[in-house]
Amino acid sequence: MKTMAVARTLFEKIWEAHLVAQPAGRSPILYIDLHLVHEVTSPQAFDGLRAAGRNVRQPARTVATVDHNIPTEPRGTPITDLIAAKQIAALQSNCKEFGIRLFDMDSPEQGIVHVIGPELGLTQPGMTIVCGDSHTSTHGAFGALAFGIGTSEVEHVLATQCLAQQRPKTMKIDVRGRLAEGVTAKDLALGIIGQIGTDGATGHVIEYAGPAVRALSMEGRMTLCNMSIEAGARAGMVAPDETTIAYVKGKRFAPSGAEWEKAVAYWRSLPSDDGAEFDEVVEIDAAQLCPFVTWGTNPGMVAPVTGRVPEVKGLEESDRRAAELALQYMGLEPGLRIEDIGIDRVFIGSCTNSRLEDLRAAARVARGHHVNAKVRAMVVPGSQTVKRAAEQEGLHRIFQDAGFEWRESGCSMCLGMNPDILQPGERCASTSNRNFEGRQGRGGRTHLVSPMMAAAAAIAGHFTDIRNWKYQ
Amino acid sequence: MKPFTVHRGRVAPLDRVNVDTDQIIPKQFLKRIEKTGFGQFVFYDWRFGTDGKKNPDFVLHEPRYEGASILVAGKNFGCGSSREHAVWALADFGFRAVISSSFADIFANNSAKNGFLAVPLSDDEVAQLMQRAQEIDDYQLTIDLEKCEVRDDQGFRAKFPIEEFTRHCLLNGLDDIGLTLQHEAEITAYEASHPAPATLRAS
Repeated sequence: MKTMAVARTLFEKIWEAHLVAQPAGRSPILYIDLHLVHEVTSPQAFDGLRAAGRNVRQPARTVATVDHNIPTEPRGTPITDLIAAKQIAALQSNCKEFGIRLFDMDSPEQGIVHVIGPELGLTQPGMTIVCGDSHTSTHGAFGALAFGIGTSEVEHVLATQCLAQQRPKTMKIDVRGRLAEGVTAKDLALGIIGQIGTDGATGHVIEYAGPAVRALSMEGRMTLCNMSIEAGARAGMVAPDETTIAYVKGKRFAPSGAEWEKAVAYWRSLPSDDGAEFDEVVEIDAAQLCPFVTWGTNPGMVAPVTGRVPEVKGLEESDRRAAELALQYMGLEPGLRIEDIGIDRVFIGSCTNSRLEDLRAAARVARGHHVNAKVRAMVVPGSQTVKRAAEQEGLHRIFQDAGFEWRESGCSMCLGMNPDILQPGERCASTSNRNFEGRQGRGGRTHLVSPMMAAAAAIAGHFTDIRNWKYQ
Repeated sequence: MKPFTVHRGRVAPLDRVNVDTDQIIPKQFLKRIEKTGFGQFVFYDWRFGTDGKKNPDFVLHEPRYEGASILVAGKNFGCGSSREHAVWALADFGFRAVISSSFADIFANNSAKNGFLAVPLSDDEVAQLMQRAQEIDDYQLTIDLEKCEVRDDQGFRAKFPIEEFTRHCLLNGLDDIGLTLQHEAEITAYEASHPAPATLRAS
């Protein structure tokens, strides 16, 4: 008689490989391979450790950087925000006290935590990865189980290298067909959230699959997985394949020699088995997607660039009121053509879209053009490594010649914890991930778009369909 | 952690869906390195004008909701950023619980770690409570974690689901790091067969 192994999903394989204990009547205890730490959500966790007389269990598996509130002015400019400076100093002294590797302000490898993890090869397939930041879902692009946690859980992982976690449900998002020219991973993410809603995947880990996902570069997959949290998902994942393996190979912290061969063999065993079952399956037709622009105050409020600000009349009561409040905040009227929305600011950056490929795409649009006279546009590379690589290719020249500011790496205007913020009423085309009220500065109005769409908007002074762009 | 068993208190209605953590505690207040003192900044942009003056129209500033310790809000409460500061701010302001028809995962996790209860009820039940809090003066609810029940003096009674272990920790105010460390032997055994990668160990 033939015995059949139970078909398992990528998520199930990683989950089961990391179970340390399953105490009766309690949440399973999961081992954490990599813990990324930044300045904003960690100081209280380190204080908690000290208060309880506990140590960091695995300093080697803990890696820190400063990103959220550092200025993007030239390095060496003093930090004038004294509270921010204190938070950065706290991370420096905590890392020193507990022996944690820190990519500090002056490090040639400093950057947004979700940009440097992958580019240093810290992020690898099959890992469990956590960070006190909701966009930790980014790392799922490598076929890792990566999710954001709060400060209490940061303390828990520092102390135990484990987390007590309820097992999430699984959701497969199957993206058929191919994305058209000018339609990017960002548009795919916005299209998905527009369809399933900002709580459409709450309690679930998403696995993105299908030919359109397979065709994405690692950068594109990171953008897609990054936005999983905006659909409410616990995590987003893409099964590792040759694209993944080629990306990780040779990175600073990637395995090498015999270890590499062993690791690759393991990674190849991770993709979901044929017939593996998901709690939910969503199908997306890539051919139906186009460049999207958000019109409201959450990432599910999206419209095609060729469309209009939607009518709210037909919506169900609570959604209608939310849409009305959003339109009021955004200063928009139903029926307005998206391409008629003028902008004041452009932000190209964030853990969603600040990698080399994103900057190349934006530079291709900007080349030979000039930023509209009424627009202030800035480009903030995700890391020092990205910045150097972009400069080697001359991308900074293209941006600067076109009138974009070229800045130092950090989270910057994605959340405006540093001096890069919108003024009240300013309207911004942003490649970041959240268009919440006040996210980029109190009273600021954020429209989420892809890097190409942001660059085009900077030049046109309003949103414009990138598919009709006149490249120079 | 402060245990949560049975709590009775005044109810304030926040009739909005998708209340994100950027609204609960705007980013400019995340730079403090303590866990305390965040209450003064809760819902800051809704509570205060750009001039720093109180917005008298905001629901929490209506005198009838003063001292409220239970918040009722629309679906998908706490979405967005993982900032635990959102829970610290709500708790520091005086809330012990939020009732909504759904919560973002990280917010729900963070709540449980702080003796703060995220109570999921159905859309209809939340709508009823929202209406009562708007119409009845000094509207009070009892949240009973021992019976997993929400009730009022006007005949409302509803059960809510909560994971058993989370409930156990909340009822007893347990530190879950201590509970995990009870499995020291298993963690050590796991680490023996899964050492940190060589590339990470070398500095």
